[in-house]
Amino acid sequence: MKHNLILRVIAKFLFPVIALFAFYVQFHGDFGPGGGFQAGVILSVAFIFYALVFGLKTTEEVIPPHLLRILASMGILIYAGTGITTMLMGGNFLDYNLLSLTPIQGQHIGIMVVEAGVGITVFSVMLMIFFAFAGRERPQETDHD
Amino acid sequence: MIDTLIDVTLLAFLAVTAIAIIKVRNLFVVIMLFGIFSLHSAGLFVVMDAADVAFTEAAVGAGISTVLMLATLALTRNQQEKMPVHRARLPLLVVLITAGALIYGTYDIPSFGDSRSPSQEYLKPQYIERGVKETGTPNIVTALLASYRGYDTLGEVTVIFTAGIGVLLLVGGRITRRVKPGESGPERRKIDET
Repeated sequence: MKHNLILRVIAKFLFPVIALFAFYVQFHGDFGPGGGFQAGVILSVAFIFYALVFGLKTTEEVIPPHLLRILASMGILIYAGTGITTMLMGGNFLDYNLLSLTPIQGQHIGIMVVEAGVGITVFSVMLMIFFAFAGRERPQETDHD
Repeated sequence: MIDTLIDVTLLAFLAVTAIAIIKVRNLFVVIMLFGIFSLHSAGLFVVMDAADVAFTEAAVGAGISTVLMLATLALTRNQQEKMPVHRARLPLLVVLITAGALIYGTYDIPSFGDSRSPSQEYLKPQYIERGVKETGTPNIVTALLASYRGYDTLGEVTVIFTAGIGVLLLVGGRITRRVKPGESGPERRKIDET
């Protein structure tokens, strides 16, 4: 689809809009519908859209697959790490109340961090799966990776 | 009145799409119809005030899974579904009986939005009462998922992560690494098997 001018212009225009919406869903999840899972999916949709129009190779240059694998593990690590942190601070696993001076502030921070972890993992896993499927039948460069 | 109209319209569209999915033999069309089906379900979820679920359904069901199925279709290169050679009478019977049992079972489910159903009376008032006070998060769904049921959500994220790893292991690019560049798919597979 590389020669389709209208599609390319629209894709370039829509990519930041979709990404921005994903971040809105991520950080506004406390107040409106949405949260980490939806935000991660929407952000990965932006990249998949980009990949559909500009090709897989260009997208893998934007966000390399090995980085995705690290990010996917990082998300869970952030989530579980929050739990361990609260344990080290003397509370229960995932007891956000201790994360700040007041319990409510702690809850705010805890939910934010945990949702960020969810978002990162979901985003990278969705893209990983897409890359795995879409990159299957490509002529392969062995020196890459 | 208007709610009923929207409900009936969406459900009718759902039924039409489902029948079309059964009837159409071109798999590309079927995948597109699956996307439409998901979108209609998302619309239904919005009507039922489940915005979070609708969000997920629209993004995952109509968006990502459609793309993934298209990618799979591109891999298999077989656009037409084969016609079944025999009539499936026994499976049809099993499906009909199961459907009948399930529909019979719905009579015991509390009706939609029933404020006196067990799930509404036991924990939910507690969450609604204490949720904002304890977590400072106006969206109770988020407060529930991330705070009260943090364990569950951690488990869910782990499931997603595991699914990703599984897909990578099954169809990831690792096996092609041994092969020289410029070779096409079928030969590559043969080399791997030997």
